[in-house]
Amino acid sequence: MNKLLNIARSAFLWVDDRLHIAKLYESTAGHHVPQSSGSWFYVFGSATLLCFMIQLATGIMLAMVYVPSAAEAYTTLEYLTFQQELGWFLRAVHFWGSNFMVGIMLLHMTQVFLFGAYKYPREITWITGVILMVLTLGLAFTGQVMRFDEDAYWGLGIGAAIMGRVPFVGEQMVNMMLGGPIIASETLSRFFALHVFVLPGGVLAIVSIHLRMVLTKGINEYPQPGMLVRRETYDKEYAAILKKEGVPFFPKAISKDLVAASIVIFGILACAILFGPEGPSGPADPVQINTLPRPDFFFLWIFAIAALMPDWIETPALLGGPVIIGIILFALPFFNGTGEKSWRRRPVAVITVILTYVSLGLLTYLGHTSPWSPDMDAWKSAETPLEFVEGRSPLELQGLLVIQSMQCRNCHAIDGIGGHRGPDLADVGSRLTKAQLIRQVIQGGGNMPAYGKNLTPDQVEAVVAYMVSLRPQGVPPARDSSQPGQAPME
Amino acid sequence: MNDEPCKPCDCEGKKPSRRDFLLWIGFGLNAVAGAMIGIPLLGYVLSAFFKPNPLTWISLGPVDQFPEGKTRFASYENPLRREWDGDTSNIPCWVRRIKGNDFQVFAINCTHLGCPVRWFEESRLFMCPCHGGAFYEDGGHAAGPPPRGLYTYELKVENGTLFIKGGVLPNLSNQNI
Repeated sequence: MNKLLNIARSAFLWVDDRLHIAKLYESTAGHHVPQSSGSWFYVFGSATLLCFMIQLATGIMLAMVYVPSAAEAYTTLEYLTFQQELGWFLRAVHFWGSNFMVGIMLLHMTQVFLFGAYKYPREITWITGVILMVLTLGLAFTGQVMRFDEDAYWGLGIGAAIMGRVPFVGEQMVNMMLGGPIIASETLSRFFALHVFVLPGGVLAIVSIHLRMVLTKGINEYPQPGMLVRRETYDKEYAAILKKEGVPFFPKAISKDLVAASIVIFGILACAILFGPEGPSGPADPVQINTLPRPDFFFLWIFAIAALMPDWIETPALLGGPVIIGIILFALPFFNGTGEKSWRRRPVAVITVILTYVSLGLLTYLGHTSPWSPDMDAWKSAETPLEFVEGRSPLELQGLLVIQSMQCRNCHAIDGIGGHRGPDLADVGSRLTKAQLIRQVIQGGGNMPAYGKNLTPDQVEAVVAYMVSLRPQGVPPARDSSQPGQAPME
Repeated sequence: MNDEPCKPCDCEGKKPSRRDFLLWIGFGLNAVAGAMIGIPLLGYVLSAFFKPNPLTWISLGPVDQFPEGKTRFASYENPLRREWDGDTSNIPCWVRRIKGNDFQVFAINCTHLGCPVRWFEESRLFMCPCHGGAFYEDGGHAAGPPPRGLYTYELKVENGTLFIKGGVLPNLSNQNI
């Protein structure tokens, strides 16, 4: 036994003499970290990197079958999903891997922000992290283009429409993005090159700087409230921490990272097997216009913002918003580079995080339900509950028919059934007087088209008669407050 | 060779040694070579930026297929079509024949963010499925976030055939559409 060990030892020494593995270990995996950093809060960075590795592996395999040609991409995607051995599985892992990567990256960023890890001397760690976030979101967006289905096509259209708003060089920017004046084969080839070469290469390059910084400036110690960062003293303090409680990252501080890594992989596998791959939806055929273009989950909040912004702010916000956010994120370690690290004594940081998550969450929910989109088929398929038909006069029933056939239901629900662009009509008779209803129908306004030209006076009469009758039982019709003496008109 | 470590600044104040001279030649040659590779590379990538967009006359077929007073769906083939474009070379549009040779041809793309607008004959409205934009029969802005009315193609009628000037993705930057 001892002899065997001796042989193994001398074999290792022989290899080490040539490859310097021990030295490599000391300066990388074995570098000393504060014991306090071996915390569950510190697992998100390595988990994000793990997701990226999974994306690289599955992406390379998908690229062995996928054909990045506008004429064939969709067909090969269907082939991958339905015929290629385990193709559905690889697609599903790649799709869920991307969702996990974006999600865990956001958690990592949040943790780093709340723990003040971006402060002196880790400015470049933070800045490279911000660049990695941009690259990751770029990978997510170009990835949904790879599906080259209808959502991909119209998503490109939305991108081009935003580029077209750039002042002076809008047309040129559109051409740069699409590889020509129109969405076509060169657009897909361009996005393919970005998705598989440029952006992953960028991630590898920036990740190496990001990790280099972890080695040169050390991982952030677990912040203690009241321990202030000063440029003059921090380096000495950190060296003292390492001396007092420093442990080699491997094997003393990596255990939680390893557990988290397996949870991430199990999570991706579970989602992949339970929910399968995303899409493809219908083919990218622009003539098929019966489509409801929606971006992937992580861009729904932008989709929602685009619907909810006031008109006048739209172009500056779409073009300037990302720039301003970028400048703030880049500048953060410079205008807030010292002082308190612990989130327990940084209420502004905590409020910023809460507000950001609440806003993103609400916007994503709104983007998912998109109440501002007309329900394009409501006029054909939305039913009218019996209580809104019963006991109505022939004129009122005629009005209901007009409401149905004139697509009013696409935007107006009756008792929740129909579109939600405009107000629900179920109680409109108790909110607007007959005169107000006539004006609203004929002139529109407040985001409603004017129907004056498209309805005959008889139709308007019937529609308004029906709407006056729409009010909860026992509630009188709306009255004109400027004429309090007048009896309500039925 | 010499066992002593090299001292690059050996020649302080003296004329540059042959080695220094070679170093600068090396830098210089590679700068030239780099430019000779880099400039065409940039030109290749940026060609899309500088290429002007050629608009061409495209036939939408005989005018008879468009009834007067109606708005009909039509599509045409992208004049810049390539073999491997697939379905993406079929571009849709809405043709409104007002009367006789009086036409309006609208781009399918909503002026807000480019989603495909749908025509509703009964209410005489175009509605967008993305953010709730709506347009009147004549393309005018009716409701929602779009900043202007629908894009209209320049058109002409020759020998009973309807032509439009197209070939670019309509967006806010090309005002000639």
